[in-house]
Formats: sequence, C-alpha cells, structure tokens
Amino acid sequence: MDTREKDIEKLKDYKYGFTTDIENIKAPKGLNHDVIKFISNIKKEPQWMLDFRLKAYERLKLLKEPDWQKPKYPKIDYQNLYYYSAPKSMKDKPKSLDELDPKLLETYKKLGIPLQEQARLNGIAVDAVFDSVSVATTFKGELTKHGIIFCSMSEAIQKHPDLVKKYLGTVIPVTDHFYATLNSAVFTDGSFVYIPEGVKCPMELSTYFRINASETGQFERTLIVADKGSYVSYLEGCTAPMRDENQLHAANVELIALDDAEIKYSTVQNWYPGDENGKGGIYNFVTKRGLCKGKNSKISWTQVETGSAITWKYPSCILKGDNSIGEFYSIAITNNHQKADTGTKMIHLGKNTKSKIISKGISAGFSDMTYRGLVDISSKAKNSSNYTQCDSLLMGNKCGAHTVPYIKNKNFDSNIAHEATTSKISEEQLHYCQQRGLNPEEAVGLIVNGFCKEVLQQLPMEFAVEAQKLVGISLEGSVG
Amino acid sequence: MSEQIQLDFDKIIKTSKFSNEEIQSKKIFLKKFIENGFPNRKQEDWKFLDINQIIKKNIGDLSFFNDYSLPNKIDPSNFVDGLEHNKIIFINGRIEKIDFSYEDQNKIEIKDEIEKNISFDYQNSLIDLNSAFINKVFKIIVSKNYSLKKPLIIYHSTNDKVKSTNVNLRLDFELGENSCLRLIDFFTDNTNKNFINIFYNFNLLKDSILKNYKIDKFKNDNLKYSFNNIEQKDNSVSETFILSAGSDYFKNEINCNLNGEYSSAFINGVFSLKENQQHEIRTTINHLVENTKSYQLIKSVLGKNAKSAYQGKIFVNSKAQKTDGYQLSKAILLDQTSEFNAKPELEIYADDVKCSHGSASGSLNEESIFYLMSRGLNYRQSKELLINGFLLDVVEKITDSEIKNLIKNIIGLKE
Repeated sequence: MDTREKDIEKLKDYKYGFTTDIENIKAPKGLNHDVIKFISNIKKEPQWMLDFRLKAYERLKLLKEPDWQKPKYPKIDYQNLYYYSAPKSMKDKPKSLDELDPKLLETYKKLGIPLQEQARLNGIAVDAVFDSVSVATTFKGELTKHGIIFCSMSEAIQKHPDLVKKYLGTVIPVTDHFYATLNSAVFTDGSFVYIPEGVKCPMELSTYFRINASETGQFERTLIVADKGSYVSYLEGCTAPMRDENQLHAANVELIALDDAEIKYSTVQNWYPGDENGKGGIYNFVTKRGLCKGKNSKISWTQVETGSAITWKYPSCILKGDNSIGEFYSIAITNNHQKADTGTKMIHLGKNTKSKIISKGISAGFSDMTYRGLVDISSKAKNSSNYTQCDSLLMGNKCGAHTVPYIKNKNFDSNIAHEATTSKISEEQLHYCQQRGLNPEEAVGLIVNGFCKEVLQQLPMEFAVEAQKLVGISLEGSVG
Repeated sequence: MSEQIQLDFDKIIKTSKFSNEEIQSKKIFLKKFIENGFPNRKQEDWKFLDINQIIKKNIGDLSFFNDYSLPNKIDPSNFVDGLEHNKIIFINGRIEKIDFSYEDQNKIEIKDEIEKNISFDYQNSLIDLNSAFINKVFKIIVSKNYSLKKPLIIYHSTNDKVKSTNVNLRLDFELGENSCLRLIDFFTDNTNKNFINIFYNFNLLKDSILKNYKIDKFKNDNLKYSFNNIEQKDNSVSETFILSAGSDYFKNEINCNLNGEYSSAFINGVFSLKENQQHEIRTTINHLVENTKSYQLIKSVLGKNAKSAYQGKIFVNSKAQKTDGYQLSKAILLDQTSEFNAKPELEIYADDVKCSHGSASGSLNEESIFYLMSRGLNYRQSKELLINGFLLDVVEKITDSEIKNLIKNIIGLKE
C-alpha cells in the first residue's frame, strides 16, 4: 500500500467523527428573552451588548426564514435547540494553556491541532472554539508585541469594548436576513482580530471550530478589523462529530479593511457531511461579508468547502473605497447526498474598483451543487471591472450542477465579463493518465487537482496540503 | 383594480358571443388572475423589470374592455413592401383578416376552437389574463410534408380607437411532420399607451422547421408582453429572432421543450434601445432527451436611461446526455444612465454534456474608435460603424436570406 492509499484508508470514514465526553453547561432549550439574557449574563457582558442582542431578537420575530435557495431542508424547530453550550471547566477561564482541561487538549490533538506544540513549532497563532466558546488562543506574547489583538469575542467585549462597539454590526447589521439576525441575537463566541495601523501581521492567524454537544446550534461571530496600511491572513477550519440528527451552524463573519489594508480570509470547511445515505450532518448557513471601507483596500476570500450536509453561504465584498479590490476563490465539492448553494456577491460602489471570482464546483454521487453569485456595479462606480469564471465538473448522472449568476451593470465605464462551463472528466484525459501507469482513482485525483489548481494556489501553504488531501478524500468512491 | 376588471369582463361577455362553456372557463382564468394580479419584482422572473410598477407609472388606470363586435379598417400602407407574403391582420385585438392566398389551400387548416385548458405548467398570471379576455383563438395547422411557399406576416396594430387598454392575442400553431413555416411578427402601433399581451403556442412534429422573426422597430409608447411556448419532437428545428427596439416596454418570453432527439432551438436577439425604454428577453430551454442542441445570442445597445435585461436558463434533464447548450449575452452601454442586467442560468443533471454561457458588458472600446478615426472617420461615424458591426453579428445568424435582407433594411444595417 503506498502512502496515499494508507492516508485514504485512515481517513475513509469521517476522521473527525468522535465525540468528547466533557461536562457541559447549557442554557435552557429554546429561544426567548430569558435565554438571551442568560447568555449575556454568563458571559458578563455590558448592557450595550445585551441591548444589541435584544434588538436583534425583536427584529428576528418579524423575519421569515428565506426559502429561495436550491437545497430544501426540513423545517428547523428553533425552540428545540440549545443556544449555549460550554465545557464546564471553562467557567473559570484558564489563564494559560497549562490550565486547560486535559480532555479538551486531547480533543484538539485528535483534530490535528495540538495547541501547545503548535504554539512552539508552527508559528501559527490559533484560537480554538469548542462548541460555542473559545478555549485557547496561542502565541499571545508575540502578537501583543506588535499591538495586534487576537482573542475570543467574549474577551474582546470585556477588554476592548470601544473597538467592538465601533465595528460590530457595521457590515452585517442586526436588521439583516434571518440567520444573520439569529446570530446577532444569540452568538456565543468567536474570534476578534484587530491589526493596528501599518502593521503587517507576522504570522497566520487561525481559528478551529468544533461542535461537540448534541442538539446545539453553533453561532460564532468573527470580527476582523485591519486598520490603515495593515495586512493579515486568517485561516479557519471546522469539524464536528458524527450524529444522526442535523445540526445548525449559523455564523457571522465581518471583515473591515480601512485605507490600504489587506485581509486574506481562508476557510477549509469540513463539517460532518452526514453518512452516505444523507442521514445527519451539519447545516452550514453562514453569513460572511467584507467591507473595503478605505481607499486601495483589498479583501480576498478563499474557501474549500467539502463538508456539511447543506452549505449555504455567499462570502461577499462591498467595495466602497475607491480603487479597492475584492477577490473570491472557491472550491466546493459535494458527494453522496450533500447539497451546496454557494457563491459570492461583489458590490461595486467606489471608483476604479476591481473584483475577480473563480469558482470550481465538483459534484458526485447524488449531490447537488449550485453557484449563485451577484455582480452589481452601481452608477457611481466609474471605471470598475469584474471577471467571473465558474466551472462545474459532474461525476455521474445522479448529481446536479447549477449556475445562477446575477449581473447588473449600471455604469457605462465599467466592464463585466462572465464565463461558465460544465463538463465531465473526459475519457481521453483518463486514458492518458492510465496509460502512464496511474490507476483510475489516482487519475481522477490528478485531474481534479488540476481543475482546482487556480484556487488551491491561493491558500497558505499549510492549508493547501490539507485541502489537496481533502479534495481526494471527498471524492473517494465516486469513480468507476 | 379588481372591481374594474370584473366590470370590464362582464361588459365583454355581454357584447360578444361566447358559448356557455367558454364563459365558464374564462371565469376560472379571471378568478386566478384577480387572485395573483400583475407580476411584480418579488417574483424571480420579474426581478429586473417590474411590469406591475411599469403599468402603474406609464399607463395608470388600465382598461380591460375591448369592443369585439365592430370591425376595424385595414390600413394597407403598413404592409411590408418588396416581399410576397401571407397575412394575418390583428387590429385592436381582433383578427380582421387571414390571407393564405399564396398557398395550397388544402394544406393549411384554420380552426377557431381550441382546448380550453393550457397543456403545460405555468406560473404566469399574464397567461391567465390572456385566457380570460381573449376574443377568438385560432389554431393554424400546416399539413405533413408541406412547406409554405411564402412567409406569413402577422401584423400587430392598434389604432386610435383604443387608449390605455389591455389587448390580448393568442394563436396556436401545429407544424405537421416535415413541414416548414416562416413567421414574421410585425408591429405597427399608434402610440396610445396600451398593454398588449401576446401568447403563442407552437407544436413542432418530427422533422418540422419553424422560423419566427419578431420585429418591433417603430417607436411607440405601448407596453408589450409576448410568450412563446414551443414543443419540439424529433429532429425539429426552431429559430427565433427578436428585434426589440420600438416599444416603451417589451418583454419576450420563450419556453422551449426539446422533447425529441436531435431537436434544436436557436434564439437570437437584438436590443437597440433609446430614451427610457425598458426591454427584456427571458428564455427557458428544457433539454429533456439525448442529443439536443440549443444556441442563444443576445446583444444590446443601450442609450440614455435605457434598460435591458436578459434571463436565460438552460435546463438539462438527467436523461439528456450529449446535450449541447450555449448562451452568450453582450451589451454596449452608451450613456451614464444606461443599465444592463443579466441572469444566465444553468441547471444541469446529466454529466455527459457541453454547456457554457458567457456575458460581457461595457462601453465602446476607445481604442477601436481611435483606430477608425485615425483612418478618416469622425467620432460619430466611428461609433456607428462599431455598433453596426456589433449588431450585424446577430442578424447574420438568420438562416433565411430573404428575411435577413428585409431585417437588415429595417434596422438600417450595412454590410
């Protein structure tokens, strides 16, 4: 057995499907004023934060769940969910990694992110979020030296209330759509990043999310602010245990780039996708939005979506500052009964704004994949341009691949170009590879990796290796 | 609005001669229309141009009453010169004349009774409106192995007798095996702010060919909606060309079902819009069996405050392997206030297919203008030449050379 096969053997089933036996503190089931107060209270939040949540909750009562998406799902009973679940030992937050519950550390070790070792060896600062609470952040010292704030959202609310108050909800307001508003009301934790003026963050920042408890929704909130002339690259990874019921994950991510700042946000999403009959799995309904607020700012989203029963998200860029740039690179792979409806929105408001969209979709088995995107060039966005390319690859005739782009051009100085293709792996390509000694699976892996190359190149090194492996594993068994 | 509709409906029933059965079915359609009203931007298909708002803004109070009892005078000066043709003349929603004098009379059958029910699934209240208020529906059947010698021109006109009125038209066509029909829709309107709602049903049997050319060239302030439903059997070909330029509002919708193997559909469209015009083409091509083909090319040239939209959908059923689908939309925006919207959509459930779409929009290329000007043309001439070439590309796709030349003359395109 060569190493690749061994890898696959090891990972064939969902590797992250274990649960960890940890005592949890949970809020009472259901969604109401008291639960929101309970969450706010247990996190010792100031009054303004509670007001923010309650305002969102009032708004939520008026909203209806959207239903225009392609993947339909059974109705979610929002009153039958736990909105807060935290490992008990976190109640008195540990001061350093050494004080962490050893079981938690073990969990993260299984996930492949041994926090302590990582702190020493890798040079990547990690914030780990377990169920709803951020449990550990590494590399504090190094970051503080540069004035960079990288901590959990709850900590940020306590220690940097001014920054949080100033930016929270400015990109995704409490009056947004259903899931975003739900998140605003009940979000429990997440990461907060602030890069001060002129600082280039010396290392990659990274968050690992994990849902452990059952019947819990995970609602984390991430806020990244890059002040003038700064740069940050942020990575996000996700896993969850195997459970028969579907679990909801509705996160909000807000990015704000001021003048000349650049934010690079990469996601490798590998939530539990359900078993091969489509039972269980995560509903991943995430709102991600970036605002290029200042001149010459840049936001770039890169995502590799291989997990989740249903993925439904559109990482977007609002290009408000003149000369700002928005980029979106995506690989989405669905297999078995997975469904994905994903894409991006590029909203051009400032002059000379540019955006680029590269989306690669691969569907296999009985899955369904939709690219849905919006490019909107407003009448003030003079001399703007967009380039969109979305390619789909189908494997078998039980799956579907769809493309739904919306293109709006209100400015005669601006150019939009859009291309899309749908195809399958040609027999000739396969034949060529097999002739040179690869077996059919390896051949498909090679061709798929070539298909995705444009996107994989955009990922930071450490992630690219993981993503490449994931691509191979996700398509396991779909050939032949 | 619903009271007005009901009154106008009763008035039509009173003044026209409908059978009891017809009245009953009309009542059902009317009820459905009143329930849903005019489509608006909340419906996905009407997202870009909201007909409900446009009627309110451009017409205000719309009347639904048409006096079908009195004939209208035919104005021969509207007829197309230099091309021998058969005629159907619609004036104010009444068919005044059907003339197939160039054809073998045994080969063409005209029926004026049709099935009361609409045979395909639709979610479109304008079809309900059409069915409720339509006067007479004719069905034209072309016999097996017969190709019409001359094209058929349908003249759509309104005169000054109707104002702010809803006018409905409907025709059904059946093309027998191995038959061929060339059909031109020619719009000559008096400007009186009417809303014209046209519904065609085509049934193409094996090996038949339909060529449909819609020519809306002359400036008028009517609002128009046209819906073509095309059913295609084995080896049949449909070709549609749309020149969308004259009316204040014009939406062309085409729903094409490729039910037979080796059937193909071609749709080519030109928007040439000036002040305040808002036009849209929406197509749905359903590839339902193996080896079918579709091709779409839509180009827009947009002036001041003009707005065009293209929504094209290619659907490929899981059985429809070896499908070949292609869509391309391009737009030139000439003014700061022009707007182009597109939604080219692919929905694919089969793996051995070749489907692609493209969309591009922008201004005229300054470099090309410079190139032409450096060779002696002035700015206006250079611009015109570039636009000419841009649109000529679509017109060249017309397969019938006689009609291609006619359309080139009407648009004023030079080779």
